[in-house]
Amino acid sequence: MSAAEVVLRTEALEKRFGSLKVTRGVTLELPRGARYALIGPNGAGKTTLINLITGQMRPDSGSIALAGRDITAMPTAGRVQHGLTRTFQINTLFPDLTPIEAVTLAIAERERVAGQFWRPLAAHKAAIEEGFEILRGLRLADVATRTTRTLPYGQQRLLEIALALATRPKVLLLDEPAAGVPKDESAMLFSVIAGLPEDISVLFIEHDMDIVFSFASRIIVLVAGAVLLEAEPEVVRTDPRVREVYLGQAAHG
Amino acid sequence: MSEIARNSPDPRLWLKQRSRWSIVEIAFWLAALLPFFLFPAYLTLASQIAIAALFAVSVDLVLGYAGIVTLGHAMFFGLGAYAAGLISKAGWGEPLSGLVMAGVFAGLVGYVASFIIVRVQHLALIMITLGLGILSYELANAMSWLTGGTDGLQGVDTWPLFGAFEFDLWGKTAYSYALAGLFIGVMVCRRMVHSSFGLALRGIRENVRRMPAIGSDYRAHLQTVYAISAAIAGAAGALLTQTTDTVSLDVLSFQRSADVVVMLILGGTGRLYGGIVGAIIFLVARDQLAGINPQYWYFWIGVLLMVVVLVMPSGILGGLARLAGKRD
Repeated sequence: MSAAEVVLRTEALEKRFGSLKVTRGVTLELPRGARYALIGPNGAGKTTLINLITGQMRPDSGSIALAGRDITAMPTAGRVQHGLTRTFQINTLFPDLTPIEAVTLAIAERERVAGQFWRPLAAHKAAIEEGFEILRGLRLADVATRTTRTLPYGQQRLLEIALALATRPKVLLLDEPAAGVPKDESAMLFSVIAGLPEDISVLFIEHDMDIVFSFASRIIVLVAGAVLLEAEPEVVRTDPRVREVYLGQAAHG
Repeated sequence: MSEIARNSPDPRLWLKQRSRWSIVEIAFWLAALLPFFLFPAYLTLASQIAIAALFAVSVDLVLGYAGIVTLGHAMFFGLGAYAAGLISKAGWGEPLSGLVMAGVFAGLVGYVASFIIVRVQHLALIMITLGLGILSYELANAMSWLTGGTDGLQGVDTWPLFGAFEFDLWGKTAYSYALAGLFIGVMVCRRMVHSSFGLALRGIRENVRRMPAIGSDYRAHLQTVYAISAAIAGAAGALLTQTTDTVSLDVLSFQRSADVVVMLILGGTGRLYGGIVGAIIFLVARDQLAGINPQYWYFWIGVLLMVVVLVMPSGILGGLARLAGKRD
């Protein structure tokens, strides 16, 4: 494992809300091409950790490095431009834009041409075609010109991923990508995620253990804001502590 | 683009179509010429409408497209009006260059103000725009040595347009000039809203939280649009000065800031022409109602505003578009 190049590293991240410590000394390494799952019971601080890594929140202490570069103080948009992108557990889309407009916007921002106010949008040929390719890859081509708010929920979840891909990420953090999606559709969604380009490192939060064990190469177990265990799926599956705090709880779900 | 799946649209063609001229649009601009022939006695009103419409379009850029609610945009209208007046008073009455200078001046002030504007949201943002508006009004009031204070700016003398067309009493030149200003302003905005920048503005309006997550430094976009909007508002103010040869303090008034938002809401936000339709309805209604009862005409504007907001939440143009079944 250690041979692979580390793309994302967090070092002793700490975050507290008032007297509540939600992130405790989290040190992680995500190698290139990783497919890591982040699991843990509700309230373990999984989303907070993603917020810290992507810059929606600032850690009280600790540091974050992307491809060897310290990004702890960098704003979210800058991190995205450097290749660190996330999706949201609750759809955070542009309801009145169409999918093709939304991905084209993300590509235009990536290429730093979004501020051009004199060139017609349709003249950004390469961006539109790339955006359409992304949509096609996620089976959204047929609805590319429909208003986002009118799309079925499952397709909106896919659009979340499409928007993230349009930023051309090196590291992709997926916050419960299949949240609220029926089980059969969520398997399809994860097959899309599994098919992402090899050089993208993926860290995903997911509650369905079947999915976690079939798609993750490695699992990070977060409990009460701290990393309880980081190991291969087989190890996590049989670890008594994990069974106790997590799988035991999930068993009735 | 050869391997597009069946049924799926050509996205580029589709995007192109969205920015295409519609018949209604062309008909509208042709109809704008009608007052010359049908209502020659109302050309002064028509030019006031064109000026108010340009002002409303500038507010639509920030409010309708970027989602910045402003109750102080008269600040830029007034700055442009005073700038044009002072330039003329200083001895340079050439209208076109005066108009450009006034617009650029308002735009520069807008850019400076934008540094505060992009740092606040929601109620605080409305209060900041309101505060800036009040501030500029009282500043102009206090600096009566420059602005003439409540007496208004006297001695503005606008030279004939192109050195040939006097601004006459009947308002022929005034309406031609104001209408041309409106047309150019709308064409500039039209070009802008159909660019990637316009798309980014809609993105900000639709979900500002997502913008940083797609790598957008959206504050820079907001600053740009705010400055451009201020420049257009300033140009509208300059048009008023140049077509009336006077500037009164009410160009900076809160009333003007509020009225322009009312016009925009009446006509419909986020569609450029909404502000124009709103300005026509508002000012024609004022003209007619004030003829019936000069004191209480505003009552009916209040009624109209409430009816429109309740029955057609996306404004009159939005309501018409839905009726026509071309909901976009």
